[in-house]
Amino acid sequence: MSKAINVLYFASLRERTGVAQETWQSSAADLASLYEELAAHHALCWPRAQLRVAVDGAFAAWEQPLREGSEVVFIPPVSGG
Amino acid sequence: MQAASHSDFSLHETPLDIMTLREPLAHAQAGAYASFEGWVRNHHAGRAVTGLYYEAYAALASAEGAKVIEEARQRFDVIDIRCAHRTGELTIGELAVWVGVTAAHRDAAFAACRYVIDEIKSRVPIWKHERYAEGDAGWLHPH
Repeated sequence: MSKAINVLYFASLRERTGVAQETWQSSAADLASLYEELAAHHALCWPRAQLRVAVDGAFAAWEQPLREGSEVVFIPPVSGG
Repeated sequence: MQAASHSDFSLHETPLDIMTLREPLAHAQAGAYASFEGWVRNHHAGRAVTGLYYEAYAALASAEGAKVIEEARQRFDVIDIRCAHRTGELTIGELAVWVGVTAAHRDAAFAACRYVIDEIKSRVPIWKHERYAEGDAGWLHPH
């Protein structure tokens, strides 16, 4: 069953997709499959192994199932400080 | 030891004022204050940098920054810790990040300060976008 996911993009991922936020309908089993869907759709060049993923403001495991209405963010390597 | 709170790590869109930031660190038991300032430098990997921009995923950056500070409180014998990080446009020489630690003695203050800045740099979702003298610009995503 398809779920509505609120996806936020930052830094080079935002530049690549051209949007800071989008609502994405997905029937992906988990966050890893969601990333594969979005990577294909936006031609993202990051291999998943180099990213982290966050759900509703907390780091999450790629195996976590999607939750209707949740906020998902893919985190490329950080460069603060 | 003071109780940790989310405001111990803060994101700021305007210039950091160290005297204001360090005020809550003052304690009668403190014999040492160690701090770190990260400044915007005019070069990176051999290229001339003219300015930069920091973008943060604010909700997670605040939570993860607070977690780093809590870890440092557990590991080191400190009295108090604060960290502040800029977002938005910064010019060369500007203060990008500040860490302040108070402790009874200097060893713990230095060690906690080092721990906080190292962990902030490696885990907190903040990204640097540099502009180069040649006119191009790019996001930094170190591996």
